Amino acid sequence: MIDLQGYGPRLLEGALVTIELAVLSLLLAVILGLLTASAKMSRSWILHRIGTLYTTVIRGVPDLVLMLLLFFGGQMGINLVTDWLYYQFDIDIFINVNEFIAGVVTIGLIFGAYMGETFRGAFLAVDSGQIEAGRAYGMSEGLMFRRIRFPQMMRHALPGLSNNWMVLLKTTALVSIIGLTDMVRVAAEASKATHEPFTFLIPVAVIYLLIASVSEWIFARLQKRYNVGFGEADEWNN
Amino acid sequence: MAETPLPLEVRNLRKRFGSNEVLKGLSLQAHQGDVITLIGASGSGKSTFLRCMNLLEQPNEGDILVHGEEIRFKETRHGREPADWKQVERIRAKLSMVFQGFNLWAHMTLLENVIEAPIHVLKKPRKEAIEQGRALLDRVGLLERADYYPAQMSGGQQQRGAIARALAMEPEVMLFDEPTSALDPELVGDVLKVMRDLAKEGRTMVVVTHEMAFARDVSSQVIYLHQGVVEEAGPPADVLDNPRSERLKQFLAPKH
Repeated sequence: MIDLQGYGPRLLEGALVTIELAVLSLLLAVILGLLTASAKMSRSWILHRIGTLYTTVIRGVPDLVLMLLLFFGGQMGINLVTDWLYYQFDIDIFINVNEFIAGVVTIGLIFGAYMGETFRGAFLAVDSGQIEAGRAYGMSEGLMFRRIRFPQMMRHALPGLSNNWMVLLKTTALVSIIGLTDMVRVAAEASKATHEPFTFLIPVAVIYLLIASVSEWIFARLQKRYNVGFGEADEWNN
Repeated sequence: MAETPLPLEVRNLRKRFGSNEVLKGLSLQAHQGDVITLIGASGSGKSTFLRCMNLLEQPNEGDILVHGEEIRFKETRHGREPADWKQVERIRAKLSMVFQGFNLWAHMTLLENVIEAPIHVLKKPRKEAIEQGRALLDRVGLLERADYYPAQMSGGQQQRGAIARALAMEPEVMLFDEPTSALDPELVGDVLKVMRDLAKEGRTMVVVTHEMAFARDVSSQVIYLHQGVVEEAGPPADVLDNPRSERLKQFLAPKH
């Protein structure tokens, strides 16, 4: 076996950070994506503009630049507010931007924009007759979203969603820049200290692959679940 | 005036798409047990008229009353809109619609389709809804298809399933939008038979159709529309067998 020279536990901890970061970012990105898609499809031009501005800005600026901007810029913004509170009202608080939360927010914000486009396309792909039937039977917009729009949209969204997730997973490696100790950072430190880069980078690559493989399996299951009713007839007839 | 309110009444309905007025002041009164058929060439406005009754299209003018309850409207920047969507939802639940393209929910089995709105809109207990749903499927001859998905059924089966879904709402009035137009000719008969049975048991129905035999046998009133105006209306014996207008005569003449 490879001798990890005592870095094994830290590497695993780093892997856990990577997974937590990725999953929480995905959650945020999905929520933002659904909101963005709704905003862009809404009749209100203000919401439409906001949604378009968001996706244009985020998709037009490199992830790394956004991350640095949000992390350092975010800290400065918060400092401005807390300073103002101190001088105006004598309220003395200090908020330090937590790297993990900053990472989740940044990655979530970035991928929310991509998810927004994925979801929008998926919602538009739902046959309008299905929605009309919901309306005609007295369903409210909320009920229709829950029972018809969402479940039918998912089968169109999943391929894009799974693609975004794979890219997101690898984007988490960027967070080492803002000082978060994910597994890439542990591997980089260990490589420097031991002068044996492959000993640490190969396990990291394998762990990424492993996470990716498990996700692909999960997405395949989801795809099957949301394809029910749409596939070939003999698929469920047996 | 009758003492009990009419199941459905429409007064002076107008609908414009842009500057094109497609419904020019249409009215209709459905009494309990009436079967009103709307006929006319494509583009005459008959489907739009039907779709205005449950607000799938927003009429620009006119009143709609369901069982005496008038739908309230307000003027907005986008034109006239219902004042209270909750009211619209409540009223839609009393007017079940059967679509030309069936529109059964593709991700649900037939039984799930039938119990969906009763459970989630009418708040019926699940067990009761299933019992009723199975009885209705039995009635339209589809009980053994209860667990099939729409894509696994023929068009005729889907449409009969859609009728079961409509019946499950225990509607005040049933609206049929060309229910047999998307079907292969050999499947039309089964669907029409179910509809004839419904008419016989006294259901109030408004039917947009091209099936003249059905209109003749079943209707209490036939309305012939031309370019958004009622050209002729009355019992089928008058309208279909003794048409007065030249246009209706041509419309009814056997096609070559």
